[in-house]
Amino acid sequence: MLTCKDFLRELSDFLDENLDAEIRAKLEQHITECPNCWVIADTTRKTIKIYKGMEPYPIPSDMEERLMEALERKMASGQK
Amino acid sequence: MPVSSQAGIDDATLVTQTREGDARSFSELVKRYEGKVFRLAQHVTQNREDAEDVLQETFLKAYEHLDQFRGDSKFYTWIVRIAVNQALMKLRRRKTDKSVSLDETIDTGEDTIVREIAAWDEDPEQQFSREELGGILDNAVQSLEPIYRSVFVLRDIEDLSTEETAEALELSVPAVKSRLLRARLQLREKLTRYFKRKGDDLFAYL
Repeated sequence: MLTCKDFLRELSDFLDENLDAEIRAKLEQHITECPNCWVIADTTRKTIKIYKGMEPYPIPSDMEERLMEALERKMASGQK
Repeated sequence: MPVSSQAGIDDATLVTQTREGDARSFSELVKRYEGKVFRLAQHVTQNREDAEDVLQETFLKAYEHLDQFRGDSKFYTWIVRIAVNQALMKLRRRKTDKSVSLDETIDTGEDTIVREIAAWDEDPEQQFSREELGGILDNAVQSLEPIYRSVFVLRDIEDLSTEETAEALELSVPAVKSRLLRARLQLREKLTRYFKRKGDDLFAYL
């Protein structure tokens, strides 16, 4: 019988769909019976999804200018 | 720098063109990844000045060592690895008096604590403006301990595989996995404060 602790231990691989079918089925079974683990799995899945969906902000233009200048100096020095 | 003509060219071709002496191709690669590299650097160093240094050093190093880039990994993965190394060096240099060892062993998840259990809306982030959401997410990540933060940033923000993350941070795969789980659970906990379905704190599932 799978405990909540067992479930939590496998949670990352479960969400990354990184488990073989047998363990996966046991975990699926567990969340149909355990509302707490269902909520934890669901909110952790959403946490990951939100972070993955975040596009980086463009870097500030003065920072980009300094970066490009540094690169141009490097390229001009012929170092490679 | 005009780069629009190169927008549709894939990374590998741009690398080849850079090696053949076309500086504009390298500028295009920089434009593609500078935002991600800077974000990564900021998350790891937690310091804007250091992050800008890391940004510059990463692309200068990448240019300098472009010959060492072999086509068997993605250019992005390669550049991330350089950025992580630069950022960790900064972090270690800045905190030599404190312990920020990324190598310290931790036990695996036995004390993974879940305090708050409350359901979220289907797309909870939509209740916030992009700016508010960015602030909430960044603060949550910044509050993680460095050993968890680096793993989470590489795996779930920069989308590296477990193996690539392990390689970049010089950790074992099991260490990456256990830290990732902790990081995810801690963030889940922090975000629940903002994202839980209204009214759900009135009843417990227990």
